Amino acid sequence: LRAMPLRAAGPRGRLLPLLLVALAACAVRASEITFELPDNAKQCFYEEIAQGTKCTLEFQVITGGHYDVDCRLEDPDGIVLYKEMKKQYDSFTFTASRNGTYKFCFSNEFSTFTHKTVYFDFQVGEDPPLFPSENRVTALTQMESACVSIHEALKSVIDYQTHFRLREAQGRSRAEDLNTRVAYWSIGEAIILLVVSIGQVFLLKSFFSDKRTTTTRVGS
Amino acid sequence: LALYFHSGEREEKCIIEDVPSDTLVIGNYRVQRWDIHKQDFLESAPGLGMFVTVTTPSAEVLLSKLYGPQGTFSFTSYLSGEHIICLQSNSTRFVAFAGSKLRIHLDIRVGEHFLDESVVQAKDKVNEVNIRLEHLIEQIHHVSKEQNYEREREEKFRKTSEETNSNILWWAVVQTLILISIGIWQIKSLRDFFISKKLV
Repeated sequence: LRAMPLRAAGPRGRLLPLLLVALAACAVRASEITFELPDNAKQCFYEEIAQGTKCTLEFQVITGGHYDVDCRLEDPDGIVLYKEMKKQYDSFTFTASRNGTYKFCFSNEFSTFTHKTVYFDFQVGEDPPLFPSENRVTALTQMESACVSIHEALKSVIDYQTHFRLREAQGRSRAEDLNTRVAYWSIGEAIILLVVSIGQVFLLKSFFSDKRTTTTRVGS
Repeated sequence: LALYFHSGEREEKCIIEDVPSDTLVIGNYRVQRWDIHKQDFLESAPGLGMFVTVTTPSAEVLLSKLYGPQGTFSFTSYLSGEHIICLQSNSTRFVAFAGSKLRIHLDIRVGEHFLDESVVQAKDKVNEVNIRLEHLIEQIHHVSKEQNYEREREEKFRKTSEETNSNILWWAVVQTLILISIGIWQIKSLRDFFISKKLV
């Protein structure tokens, strides 16, 4: 939020507070955090948002168990704006209906022993224009228009890249899980096989042991 | 500093940043302490500090410093991978102190080089476009580095999948061999046993 120099009230007196409000509504903040959520834990994040700001919450589970988490978004009055259980990925856009502290929580309380790695991206407000039109006399030059379109394209490239990175991390985590499970299960199965087969032979041999007085002897 | 979360007095909170090598990561934080008497978070808490620890993917400690209640830390990754940034307060109070918690405001920026807004305010037309172009070039370099890193990770992913594939095949063969040889041994052993017991 850029500090606006205060000007004396005049014919533009009404415009200035409007502009300030508009600027405040356009304050852009984007926080993306990847964190580990232990089993049976809940982690909440809070953010102060001004009324009328368009916000987007996007989250994705990268590693852990069934790759799902509970998510819940509440407004300052405690009204639940968004609530989903066991979701792997979701994106939720809303416009702040009032000023205050909004709270969103991720919960892994349904899981008994798997830690989950969760990524979320909380975008508040729209991006400010590259070439702000306050003191503009002419329209944007070609150079400036080119800059603006390159900037937009790059923003979407970075956005797609982040999504791809997360999907790839998730796929890789599943593949590594699978690899470990295959290795352990195969070794386990081989051991069980050996133990059971050898055990069977010795058990059978013990049925015909001379120590026992069998009653099935066809006797002379 | 907008986003905040709560943490226990002596609790360590960590976040993970998966970054390519040679990337600058800047973190801004502010911490407030809960006051029992006022039932609110204090504006400033003198003497409260935060240990910031950054661990590289190879479990080396890259940064470990004590900062005040408000601070900025930064590091440049030299390995690509998951770096773990941990924050822990230096509070010496007992954990059993009921109801004490911390409010940590956090903002982490990866690989971005921020425009110096005051320079942009200069009315020189050519300079403004120049600066925007430099910023764009930085963004493109960052995208390129991320893509390179992505290529390395996809290779690792592919290797894991191929290893799983050959593991499955190999273990199936080994188990079949074990099954056949154990079967033969069982029959031979039992036959010899019955012959020795004069049952056959």
